[in-house]
Amino acid sequence: MPIDYYIYLSVILFSIGVTGVLTRRNAIIVFMCIELMLNAVNLLLVAFSKMHHARAAVSDAATSIGTDGQLFVFFIMVVAAAEVSVGLAIIVMMYRNVHNVDINFLNRLKN
Amino acid sequence: MSTTEIIFWFLSALAIFSAIMVITRKNPVFSVLYLIVTFFAISGHYILMNAQFLAIVNIIVYAGAIMVLFLFVLMLMNLNKEGEPRKNRYLLWSGVIAGGMLMIVIIAALQTSKPEIVDSFSKGDIGLIQNLGMALFKEYVVPFEISSILFLSAMVGAVVIGKK
Repeated sequence: MPIDYYIYLSVILFSIGVTGVLTRRNAIIVFMCIELMLNAVNLLLVAFSKMHHARAAVSDAATSIGTDGQLFVFFIMVVAAAEVSVGLAIIVMMYRNVHNVDINFLNRLKN
Repeated sequence: MSTTEIIFWFLSALAIFSAIMVITRKNPVFSVLYLIVTFFAISGHYILMNAQFLAIVNIIVYAGAIMVLFLFVLMLMNLNKEGEPRKNRYLLWSGVIAGGMLMIVIIAALQTSKPEIVDSFSKGDIGLIQNLGMALFKEYVVPFEISSILFLSAMVGAVVIGKK
């Protein structure tokens, strides 16, 4: 199976996430689209690590090349979990102050 | 067409369909539920690539913890009855066109590259817990410990922000 399929799938998922960030105004949905983009990148990292491993396994069957890519995915998930906890706390605080999660309310940060 | 390819196309179609549903649904609760479906499809891709550890972690962390947190906050706010207010139609279309253009540009940039044919993504056991655990606690033990400090600071930050 060509690696292209995974690249196209990840690009499509990433673009859907970008479109969601640009078009939606609900802060929670914008946040969820960021998670979608992170997952698209994770999928591509895993696919590339397997490709790298398959290339190296031709000469040495017991090689562990490609482990790094999967560990990076693990650390991306760690950072995403920390980011979500702080981000949702900020959104809850915003809701308590203005009783809305529309990101257009944040334009009062101007000036 | 082999079984692996059929599963690949099915999971890809499911992931793209539910990702589109995430950004088109009016009700945020449906968006959260469709995002969970997307995460399960991506976990299925991980299993297809024999990355079992990441598949399980993806389900536990994303579908289990993060999306429950989203759903909890959403229900705390009681926003699910009202939709978003109607917005400028030109802004909507410009956002869609910008996202589509990004996709077209990246795909067009890949057209000149020669595709690497991987005969089987499911071969090799680098994605198993044994291999990843050995690497994580030997070479990557310092980043692993630093990430625990990151979690601690995130926890403290969330509590401080929430207490105000």
